[in-house]
Amino acid sequence: MATTSIPASQAPGSTTKLNYLNNGHTLRSWLLTTDHKRIALLYLLSVTAFFFLGGFFAMLIRLELLTPEGDLMQADTYNKVFTMHGMIMVFFFLIPVVPAVLGNFLVPLMVGAKDLAFPRINLLSWYLYVIAGALFLHCMLNGGVDTGWTFYTPYSTAASNTNVIEAGLAVFIVGFSSIFTGLNFIVTIHRMRAPGLTWSRLPLFIWAHYATSLIMILGTPVVAITIVLVAVERVFHLGIFDPRLGGDPLLFQHLFWFYSHPAVYIMILPSMGVISELITCFSRKRVFGYKFVALSSIAIAVIGFLVWAHHMFVAGISLYAAMVFSFLTFLVGVPSAVKVFNWTATLYKGSITYATPMLYAFGFIGLFTIGGLTGLFLGTLGIDVHVTDTYFVVAHFHYVMVGGVVMGFLGGMHFWWPKITGRMYPEYWARLSALLVFVGFNLTFFPQFVLGYVGMPRRYWQYPPEFQVLNVLSTAGASVLAVGYILPMIYFLWSLRYGPIADANPWNAAGLEWQTASPPPTFNFDQTPVVTWEAYNYDEIPEKELEAPVAQ
Amino acid sequence: MHNSPATPGSTAAQTVAPAATMDHEAFNPALRHHFADAQQQKNAASLGMWLFIVTEIMFFGGMFCAYLIYRVAHFNAFAAGSQQLNIWLGAVNTAVLIVSSVTVVLAVKAAESGKRKVLVGYLVVTVLLGLTFLVIKGFEYAEKFEKHHVPGPTFNFTEKFDDNGKQIPVNPKEAELFFSLYFAMTGMHALHMIIGCGLFTGLAIMAWKGHFTSDYFTPIENGGLYWHLVDIIWIYLFPLLYLISRHT
Amino acid sequence: MSKYLPLWPDQASTMASQVDLLYIYLLLVAGVMTALIFLAVTVLAIKYRRRPGVAAHQIEGSTILELGWSIIPFFVMLTFFIWGAVIFFQERTPPADATEVYVVAKQWMWKIEHIEGQHEINELHVPTGQNIKLIMTSQDVIHSFYIPAFRLKQDVLPGRYTTLWFKATVPGRYHLFCAEYCGTMHSGMGGDIVVMKPEDYALWMAGGSSTPLAENGRALFSSLGCSTCHRSDVKGRGPDLAGIYDKPVQLDDGRTVIADDNYVRESILDPTAKIVSGFKPVMPAFQGIVTDEQLNALVAYVKSLSQPAQGSAALQNAPATSPGQPEVQ
Repeated sequence: MATTSIPASQAPGSTTKLNYLNNGHTLRSWLLTTDHKRIALLYLLSVTAFFFLGGFFAMLIRLELLTPEGDLMQADTYNKVFTMHGMIMVFFFLIPVVPAVLGNFLVPLMVGAKDLAFPRINLLSWYLYVIAGALFLHCMLNGGVDTGWTFYTPYSTAASNTNVIEAGLAVFIVGFSSIFTGLNFIVTIHRMRAPGLTWSRLPLFIWAHYATSLIMILGTPVVAITIVLVAVERVFHLGIFDPRLGGDPLLFQHLFWFYSHPAVYIMILPSMGVISELITCFSRKRVFGYKFVALSSIAIAVIGFLVWAHHMFVAGISLYAAMVFSFLTFLVGVPSAVKVFNWTATLYKGSITYATPMLYAFGFIGLFTIGGLTGLFLGTLGIDVHVTDTYFVVAHFHYVMVGGVVMGFLGGMHFWWPKITGRMYPEYWARLSALLVFVGFNLTFFPQFVLGYVGMPRRYWQYPPEFQVLNVLSTAGASVLAVGYILPMIYFLWSLRYGPIADANPWNAAGLEWQTASPPPTFNFDQTPVVTWEAYNYDEIPEKELEAPVAQ
Repeated sequence: MHNSPATPGSTAAQTVAPAATMDHEAFNPALRHHFADAQQQKNAASLGMWLFIVTEIMFFGGMFCAYLIYRVAHFNAFAAGSQQLNIWLGAVNTAVLIVSSVTVVLAVKAAESGKRKVLVGYLVVTVLLGLTFLVIKGFEYAEKFEKHHVPGPTFNFTEKFDDNGKQIPVNPKEAELFFSLYFAMTGMHALHMIIGCGLFTGLAIMAWKGHFTSDYFTPIENGGLYWHLVDIIWIYLFPLLYLISRHT
Repeated sequence: MSKYLPLWPDQASTMASQVDLLYIYLLLVAGVMTALIFLAVTVLAIKYRRRPGVAAHQIEGSTILELGWSIIPFFVMLTFFIWGAVIFFQERTPPADATEVYVVAKQWMWKIEHIEGQHEINELHVPTGQNIKLIMTSQDVIHSFYIPAFRLKQDVLPGRYTTLWFKATVPGRYHLFCAEYCGTMHSGMGGDIVVMKPEDYALWMAGGSSTPLAENGRALFSSLGCSTCHRSDVKGRGPDLAGIYDKPVQLDDGRTVIADDNYVRESILDPTAKIVSGFKPVMPAFQGIVTDEQLNALVAYVKSLSQPAQGSAALQNAPATSPGQPEVQ
C-alpha cells in the first residue's frame, strides 16, 4: 500500500527528498526494517486485514439474527462465528490498533526521538503478531473455535471439542506482541524525550500511551498464564480449574478478567489520547485542564485494575465482594467523566473548524458518553443482575469499543494521514463516511440496549419471535455501518496516488511530529529538537488562511 | 541490580554520566544509532529489563495466586501432597541455584573490570549449575512418575496427611489438583531455566569473542537480572511447595 | 407489551418493579447527562466556529471546575451504588419461609425437582404470592438461570450450589433463558416459568404423583448405608444429623462453619475436607457415586431433619399423595 505512493510523490517536479517511504524499495527493506514508522505501516496492513475479517463475521452474525429461527447456518457454526468475531476484534484489532499503528508511528516523533528504544524488539512484536495471526487463521480454517472470546472453563477445558489449544496459543503469542509494544513505549517515554520535553510538556497522546503501556505490561502476562493453564488442562489433563478435582471455574474468571477488564482500557485510552490531539488542534486551543486530563489516564489505568469482578456479579461471588467491586466501578467512572468534560470545555471560546478528524472527535464524545453512562448501569448491582449477559452488555461495549476506539482510530488516521503518506485525503468523501459511520453505528447498536432490557441473552443463535423487529433494525444499521467503513479504505488508497501533496504541517498543528517533513525522514528529525514550549501552544502558532489545503 | 547504578528512577546518575562517556562515543561500536549516547542506551536497556521482570512476576503471580487460594480451600490434600515431595532434592536444588546467583554476580564483576577469561569462566559455571538444577529436577519428575503422582488417568494417591502424627485421609482428586499446580509451576520455572541456560551459553560465546568491554557489558548485566529473577521465583516455590507443611 | 416491538419486559415478580424504578432513575440521569453533553458540544461548536480575525481565547483550566465535575458526578453515582446494592442485597437474601426447588442444569436442559417430588424439564410451575428459592447446580459446564420478567439471573456452576429466590406476582407464562454460553444449543436451553394462582397451582401439584424429595433422600440415606453411622439412638461413628442444618459446626481444626447446602453437599462428596470435631475421618467419599439429583434428595433429607414441624409434615404428608401411586404403577 505504502510502496505505491513512492512514484507519485516523486512526480510533481519537486526535488525528491529522502523519507522513510522511499528509503529502500525492496520487500526486504520492509520486512527487516527497524524503523518504527515502517513497522507502524506493517501493523496498519495486518490490523486492517483482521478488521475486515472480523467485520465479515459480524455481518454473518447480523444476517443470522435477521430471523428468529436459526436458518442461515448451523448452531455450531454460529457459535464459532461469534467466537471468532470476538477473538479477532479484541485480540487482533482493538488491542493493537491504536498503539501499534498510530502509537508506533507517533510516539518517537512526539517525544522527539529517532526511533523507539528497542527497534528490533518492535519488529519482533510485529512478527509475533503475524505468527499469532497466522496460527489463528490456521485454527479458523481447521474448523475454528467455539468457546466465546472469554474461554470460560469448564466449557473450554472439558466440553468444547474445537481448536481451543491453537486459539489459546495464538492469544498467548499476540499477548507478548502487546507486552513488547508496551515495554518499548514506557522505556522510550522515560528515556528518550528530546531536551526540554518535560513530563508536563508531553502531548496527552503520550500520557494516554504511557498509561496504556502500564496495563499492557502488568495485565497481559496474567491472561497469558491463564490461557496457558487452560491449554495445559486440555493437553496434559492437569486440572487447575476442573471442579471435579476441587478446582474452581470462578478462579479462571477472576484471572481472566483481571487482565481483560484493564484490556478494555488498553483499547480505549489510546483513542482518548487521539481525541485530545484532535480537539485541541481544531479548536486552536490549549486543552482545558491539561494536568487533569493527563492524570485521569493514569487514574483509569490504576483503578482499572481494581474493578475486574464487576463482570462476575451473578457468577457466584459473595454478596460483599460484589458490593466492593460495584463501588470501585463507580470510582473508575470519575476520571472517564473528567475527560469528557474537559474536551467539551476545550471547545469554549475556541476557533473551531469542522474538518473530518474533528467530526470523528465529536462522534467519539457522543458515543463514548453513551457507552460510559450505560457502563454505570452495569456497575449498578440491581440492574446488572437483569442485564448482564444480555444484548444490553453487547450494546454497551460496542458503544465503547466501536463507538470509542474505532472512531478515535479513524479520526487519528485522517488527522495523521498527511504525515504518514505525504498526501491529503478527499475531504468531501471523508465527511460523508464520518456521517455514515455515526448514523450506521447508532442504528446498529441503539436497538440492542432495548433488546437487552427486554431480556434477549447474548450469544443466541435463535430467539423468541417478539425480538425480531429490533434485530432487523440492528442488521439494517449494520449495513450502513459497513459502507461507512469500506469508504475510507477506498479513498485512502485513492489519495496515495491522487491526493494533493501535503506540506509538513497541513493542519497548522502543535506537536513535534508536525515539525518534520511529511513523510518524515528515516531518523525523524534532521536535528534533535529542543523543546521550550508547553504542549498545545496554539496561541503561539499563527493561524493559516481559512481554507486548508484539502481536496474536494 | 548490584553493579548497575542505573536502576529505574535514578535519573541523578543519568544526568552526570553522559559527559564522562562523551568522548568514547565515536569509537563505540555497540552504540545504536537512535541513542544520543552510551549512557542513554544503557539506561534504556536497564529500564526495559526491569519492566520485563515486572511482566514475569505478573506471569508467575497468576499461578501463585491460584496455589494460595486452593491451598486454603483444600488444606489437607495440599498438605498431604506437599509431604510427598522430595525435600532433599528440593533443598539441593535451592543450594545449586543460590550458588549460581553468586557466580552470576562474579561474572558481572569480571565484565565490569574487563577480565574476559574470568567472565567466560563464570558464565560457563553458571550454565553448568543451571543444567545441574534441571537434571536434579528431572530425577524428581521421574520419582513422581514412579509414584503415580502425575495428574491424568494414571494418577493414584493413597497417602495420608500426617498432621503431627495424626493420619488424615485426603481426597485423591484434590491431591491431583495439588500436583497439577506443582507441575505447572515447577514446569514453567524449568522452562525459564532452560531459556536462561541458552541465554547464558550465548553470552559466554559473545564474551569469548570479545564483544564486551569494561565500558559495554549491558547484556551481561541484563542477563544476570533475568537469572536472578528465575532464582528468586524458585526461592518462593521451594518453601511454598516443599517446606510449608513440614511441622514435625 | 407490544407483541412485535417490545420496549419493556413484563413485570411478574416483586423484584421487577423495584429494578424498573431504579432503571428509570438511571435512564433519567443518563438521559439528562447525554443531552447536556450533546447540547454543549453542538452549541459550542457552532458558537465558536472559526471566524476570520477572531483568535481562540486560551484558557488553562480551572481547578474548581475540575473538582466540581469530579465530585458531583461521584455523589450522583453513589446514589446508583447504594440503591443498586440495596436491591441486590434483597435479591441475594432469601426469606426463611421460602419453598425450595432444586434445579439441575445440563447441556442443554433444565431439570427441576420440587420438594414435593414433582419433576419438570424446561418448565417451572410456581404459585403467586409465595417465596420460592431455587437451589441450583450444574452437571457439566456453567449455565445461567435467567427470567427477564422477574429481572433475575444467577449463574449455575458445576460442583456447588448457587441459589436464586423470587416471589411471583402475576400469573402467566414467562421466558426462562440460559444466559451463560454453554455450547451448541445454548440458545435452545430455555423454557417457561408458569406462574399460577395458588388454587391452580394446588390443582397442578395434586395432578401428578410423586414421592417427596426428602422421602427419596431418606430411602437413599438407608440404601447407601449412611444410617448405620449417622444415627441418634446409639453413639454412631458419624455425627447425628438431626437439627444440624444451617447451624454452626465445630470442625476438627478449630474452625467453625455453617452447615448450609454447600457444606452438606461437600461433606457427602468429600467428607475429609471438613471433619467435625470429635469424629474420625472414616467416611468414604461419594464423589462419582451419587448423581446430582440423588445428592439433592440427600440434602433435602438432611434439611428435613432440622425442620421438625415442616420436615415431619412433609414426610407425613407423603402418604397423602401416595393414593395416586397405584394408578400409575
